[in-house]
Amino acid sequence: MNDALDVALRLLVVFVVFLTFPLIVGQTEHKVMAHMQGRLGPMYAGGFHGWAQLIADGVKFAQKEDVVPAGADRRVFQLAPAVALLPYLLVLLAIPIGPSEGAVGQVLDAGIFFVLAVMGVGVLGSLMAGWASANKFSLLGGLRTAAQLLAYELPMLLAAASVAMAAGTVSLPGILHAFHWWWLPWQIVGAIVFFVAGLAELQRPPFDMPVADSEIIFGAYTEYTGLRFALFLLAEYAGIIVLCGLTTVLFLGGWHGPWGADGLGWLWTLLKTALLAFVVIWLRVTYPRLREDQLQKLSWTLLVPLSLAQIALTGIVKVVIS
Amino acid sequence: MSLAAAQHGFLSPAGVEIAFLLVGLATFGAALVTVTTRQLVHAALWLVVALGGLAVEYLLLTAEFIAWVQVLIYVGSVVVLLLFGLMLTKAPIGRSPDADSGNRWAALAVAVAAAGALVWVVVDAFRTTWIDLKGPAAGSTRVTGESLFQNWVLPFEALSVLLLAALVGAIVLSRKAKADEAFGTSATADTPVALPGEKEGAR
Repeated sequence: MNDALDVALRLLVVFVVFLTFPLIVGQTEHKVMAHMQGRLGPMYAGGFHGWAQLIADGVKFAQKEDVVPAGADRRVFQLAPAVALLPYLLVLLAIPIGPSEGAVGQVLDAGIFFVLAVMGVGVLGSLMAGWASANKFSLLGGLRTAAQLLAYELPMLLAAASVAMAAGTVSLPGILHAFHWWWLPWQIVGAIVFFVAGLAELQRPPFDMPVADSEIIFGAYTEYTGLRFALFLLAEYAGIIVLCGLTTVLFLGGWHGPWGADGLGWLWTLLKTALLAFVVIWLRVTYPRLREDQLQKLSWTLLVPLSLAQIALTGIVKVVIS
Repeated sequence: MSLAAAQHGFLSPAGVEIAFLLVGLATFGAALVTVTTRQLVHAALWLVVALGGLAVEYLLLTAEFIAWVQVLIYVGSVVVLLLFGLMLTKAPIGRSPDADSGNRWAALAVAVAAAGALVWVVVDAFRTTWIDLKGPAAGSTRVTGESLFQNWVLPFEALSVLLLAALVGAIVLSRKAKADEAFGTSATADTPVALPGEKEGAR
């Protein structure tokens, strides 16, 4: 195939995934949360069980006026949603869903570092929004976002480093090529640490202090309306896809499954990602919100020691079997 | 060496070289705005542009690993800490009239001297070495790791001890401040009127 066409096609596929998957997760969240709480959720939009609810929401957001507060820092305020959203689009490029060469947007030599580095940039969007809104609630949300970073960044990196040590490579497809089923119990502590830290990065319940709607309205996004607000929401759901996809690739064996990886590998990846996304929604309905200092305590007294223990275990097993 | 220089003239640059130069100019411009702007948070955001531009330069030099680490540490963590610190201060929207330093000329002299030394060392070390873009990547994770842990282990370990010392120092300093505060309040417990002022001073 022509090189340019190949690149264009890959970009297009990743872009379509980026636009549709978050909507699917959002709709699932509506329905799953509703049924867990004894409600029906959206039922009318589109006819069949309200499948078109989020499309209707999107149309509504697009029609709304895009307001920039008079006291706000105009350009930073307008730029913030893009800074929050684009990193997740870039990360999706690097996540492999199948074993073949064509099943990943772009093979990167230092894949783990790429995804963690670029995901970290997304936080800047929340900080920019929080500061530029000229609103006390927004500023508090931004502060909480930054404080949260101190808690989740280190355990997340350490857990990812453990897998990289086990595989002897930092390339995401390389890790999956080295995967064996017994990595699952071996790396399970790292997997849990990574997933919990990732939830804190996405500001999902029980770690949604930066947007806590009952305390600080909607945190850094309080002043946003219309399409820009929708972009922040899209960033959150794209973040769920990225986090679940990464946990799947790093810890759950990605395309590996009981009936062989050939041909149906991509289905395994999608299935595991969907399962994890369900867990993310489930946690939202189950747990109350933590306080910011409780997250710090959880992270520094539990997650960091656990991830260090995981690295030690990985090192010992690695030395013994080699 | 002379053969390589003969093959790559300075007057007929390749696309990559032009891109390198343009990104370099953009990075330099962003760095200049960072130190000259009067808006504190804008300075931090321009710093993001400068550091990101640096990461792109690393990528163009085929040092992929270093580029991502640059983004991870500097853009993702250091700048976020910087913004966190700024948010704790007043950091108004718009210009801060006092966002200037009387040391600007001394700072300029130090910056020019440091830049001069770095440029001199780098130019002297590499002269007319060219990166072969068609061969195996010279800055891949494997190559970087092997050179770091075979040739440069001692500096690497010395640096990590230095960082550990800084970490311990930070903990000691923060604990000492807290102990002083507790001591101050207990010492002035019989004069409660002076207490708030005492506390302010201890901080």
